[in-house]
Amino acid sequence: MTYFEFLNEHGVTLLLGTVTTVKVLVCSMILYVIISMIFGLMRLSKNRAIQGIATVYIEFFRGTSLLVQLFWAYYVLPFFGISLEAFTAGVVALGLNFGAYGAEIVRAGILAVPRGQWEAAHALNFTPAKRIKRIIIPQIFPIILPPAANLTVELLKATALVALVTVVDLTFEAKQINSITWLSAQCFGTALLIYYIIARFALVPFLRWLEVLAARKVGKERI
Amino acid sequence: MGWRWDFTFEILPQMAIATLNTILAAGVGYAIALIVGLFFLLGQKTPFKIVNWINREIVEFIRSTPLLIQLFFVYFVLPQFGITLSAWVCGMITIGLHFGTYLSEVYRGALEGVPKSQWEACRALNFSTIYTYRRIVLPQAFPIAIPGMGNYLVGIFKDTPLLSTIGVAELFHAATAVGGYNYRYLEPYTLVGIIFLTLSIPAAMWVRKLENDVNKAQGKIKK
Repeated sequence: MTYFEFLNEHGVTLLLGTVTTVKVLVCSMILYVIISMIFGLMRLSKNRAIQGIATVYIEFFRGTSLLVQLFWAYYVLPFFGISLEAFTAGVVALGLNFGAYGAEIVRAGILAVPRGQWEAAHALNFTPAKRIKRIIIPQIFPIILPPAANLTVELLKATALVALVTVVDLTFEAKQINSITWLSAQCFGTALLIYYIIARFALVPFLRWLEVLAARKVGKERI
Repeated sequence: MGWRWDFTFEILPQMAIATLNTILAAGVGYAIALIVGLFFLLGQKTPFKIVNWINREIVEFIRSTPLLIQLFFVYFVLPQFGITLSAWVCGMITIGLHFGTYLSEVYRGALEGVPKSQWEACRALNFSTIYTYRRIVLPQAFPIAIPGMGNYLVGIFKDTPLLSTIGVAELFHAATAVGGYNYRYLEPYTLVGIIFLTLSIPAAMWVRKLENDVNKAQGKIKK
């Protein structure tokens, strides 16, 4: 069987799997960005209890393996009466796991804004809301976006794991086709290529564009 | 269906043995990754543009595709070319290659972290390139590389559960087997999580301490 015959026969299935992979990626991306902002801010709270909660959350999710968290969400939560659909369990586990890593990035980003900026905004009598919105936040983005971009590529790679909790994504389809046809090189090779194309020609350019946008906003053209 | 302590203690010895396998897998995978990283670094440092380019593309490809599919690829495709390796060997090779690309970046960053003036001083003193590397550059680059190297040791450790998908008998594999046999997943998967936490949090703390020590030694943070 030539490679073109293989693509002809199984290409559509792989593409459908790719659509699911992209869906998982987008959903977990949104979730992890929200979570990392919340917990990143909580880490910086002056209230010991809030700070403690955030620390425990971050250490827990960074300390255990993503696969364990996924299986826990899908196979163990039903013991407690919470049955999640495979897709939901996958997105939630990914979001929580990467949210923990993202929270640390957000925390470091906020701390990296020079103190003088806060003080200057204070001295100019800006309201607290305006201080955050106009002075601090625009300066945070250029700092946190490069590490966040790395993390997001890691997220794309991690979405492959949801196949193991029966989400029918690209990895799942590739495995399925492999077990029917035993054309391992073709199906896993194609899957690898598709992941590579998504990362190299869609995700990374998008993230670079965001970085340039954020840098332009604070007048740093070059990145 | 609550938590059953008798069941927990029944499976504990089995899990403890499997934990040793996980540690072994992480250790061997890390050792291979350290060496593979050196080769990728060499590929990057050679004066031949074409080798640099091929090296960079390979590194990019490996870094932006999921470890899970790479595992499947190595495990299922090599036999088609007449190379039949055990799951253990396949797993170690794949982890070594995957994390080798990351480690080569750590090495590169560390080498670039050594100030240019050090090189110029060595040129002025008429030291040979090998002598400069051995006595001047590497001793300064190594401390810079330590935190990154430590981080990837913890990273490899947390990615070892993926090996269970190709049948390596490590901790997660044991948990799935025990869970399937008794049809109780609550205790095995929770135990896996706890074991991972108890091993990786001290490891991560140790890496953070190393990072601090290195920063202090370089004078980035005041003692």
